[in-house]
Amino acid sequence: MSAFLIGEAMTGGYGGADILHSCTIAVEKGEIAVIVGPNGAGKSTAMKAVFGMLKLREGTVRLAGEDITSLSPQARVAKGMGFVPQTSNIFPSMTVEENLEMGAFIRTDDFSTTMEQVYELFPILRDKRRQAAGELSGGQRQQVAVGRALMTQPSVLMLDEPTAGVSPIVMDELFDRIIEIARTGISILMVEQNARQALEIADKGYVLVQGANRYTDTGQALLADPDVRKSFLGG
Amino acid sequence: MEPLNALVSVANFMLVPALAYGSQLALGALGITLIYSILRFAHFAHGDTMALGTAAVIGGTWFLQAQGIGIQPLPTALLALPFGILVMIGYLLTVDRMVYRYYRRVKAKPMIFVMASLGVMFVTNGITRLFMGVGETRFEDGGRFLFTVREFREWTGLAEGLALRSAQALTIITALVVMMVLFWFLNRTRAGKSMRAYSDNEDLALLSGINPERVVMITWIITAILLVLAGTLYGLDKGFRPFNYFQLLLPMFAAAILGGLGSPIGAIVGAYVVAFAEMGITYAWRRVFTYLMPEGLEPTSMMQLLPVDYKFAVTFAILVIVLLFRPTGIFKGKVL
Repeated sequence: MSAFLIGEAMTGGYGGADILHSCTIAVEKGEIAVIVGPNGAGKSTAMKAVFGMLKLREGTVRLAGEDITSLSPQARVAKGMGFVPQTSNIFPSMTVEENLEMGAFIRTDDFSTTMEQVYELFPILRDKRRQAAGELSGGQRQQVAVGRALMTQPSVLMLDEPTAGVSPIVMDELFDRIIEIARTGISILMVEQNARQALEIADKGYVLVQGANRYTDTGQALLADPDVRKSFLGG
Repeated sequence: MEPLNALVSVANFMLVPALAYGSQLALGALGITLIYSILRFAHFAHGDTMALGTAAVIGGTWFLQAQGIGIQPLPTALLALPFGILVMIGYLLTVDRMVYRYYRRVKAKPMIFVMASLGVMFVTNGITRLFMGVGETRFEDGGRFLFTVREFREWTGLAEGLALRSAQALTIITALVVMMVLFWFLNRTRAGKSMRAYSDNEDLALLSGINPERVVMITWIITAILLVLAGTLYGLDKGFRPFNYFQLLLPMFAAAILGGLGSPIGAIVGAYVVAFAEMGITYAWRRVFTYLMPEGLEPTSMMQLLPVDYKFAVTFAILVIVLLFRPTGIFKGKVL
């Protein structure tokens, strides 16, 4: 097992009972890994564990071979991990451009080219760059959130349900952008409610049930698997 | 000329003093709103900290006066401002380290912070009284008037006069400059933006690598500057009495809440509304109406809605009305 980012045999919870039980999540360089599963399966928890927002009792997290299990989330950002939380993932009263600037806060070099890349990826943000991010639509806010996380030039981008609460058209649009980001060599680790669509774009899929791995395979294989279809994709 | 006389009379006794008072309140309310949006609690020690800062400036003024240093015709206190600001920065950062930092670490509820700041208020008040006593201290020197009532009458030939005291002019100009610098800082600099980001979304600010302790420190430094300026200008204008500064707490909070807690522009607007309401409702309008009404219909009463002693009742009424009908304030701030 020498994936680019791997949370291996993770066991832990928010104090009290364990939520994750020897759960393993990994993503290769430039690939898209998707975590799906029923409500309460520990999808977001697994992602937070990989990002260090949850104390692990057992298991390790490694980034490019380096053990980062004991690092704080902030230190992991400095190591090249970007995280987009599911909610409150923007600075609502600040303009779009200021949101991106804050994303680049830890950078001391010139980040104007990165900002340009974000604007190329999400052209609508360029038009709205002087507008307060809180005034934008749900889909546009998600673009701001993803753009903010990209400003540190991460090697891994972690997205917690990026399409929650947006329309199906916007969802397809967002997935397209995510594929584009992955093509630039950034690994994507994503939790998704819309399992079918997410698995379609996934190189690797993880089906979690009650905090443990149930099925792990390529996205296409999971979509083709009759058991997975019946239990998790509604036939 | 009668309407003009009426206007000059209002300006002299109401508009100019209210503008100066509003500017002093605005500087104080800005501090309250900043602390509320960054440290997320209502800073009850604000008035008394302001008094202590002013006391430091007065001490500096006395020292300079003893040395024979001055900047005539401006008050010597202006020279002592940097000293007062430094003392206050030191004091506020020490208090933060000794009191508030612990509660931040244990993630205490806002109400605990408020109670802690109440304790800080009593201690600060005691320190101020130790140095200054409870009586009134006047420390305004230099030219007292830019122009007096008599000079104004001679220039214009009006029956009514208008005086502009140098303390008032200084207050209005300083407040304007400070507000502009503050807005520039918050909107254009990296440190200012990180403060707004922290105020907007604490968790995301942490994720973006913004150091909360640094943001808190900058907030206290800005608060110290605002407090010392507000306190000194108020003291130059009206004389220094610790109890008066404690009483300013109510109008300053009313201003911040009326404008919308957490909104700097709201704090400024709120401060002027409170100042003009306090002055307008307790002002005796008889003279103005004597000029404006046709002959024979002059008012016989004072035309004063409330005696001046009740000016805090006006502020309190504003506060209650805002909290009842629009708790987010004019500029949609946070709810206390």
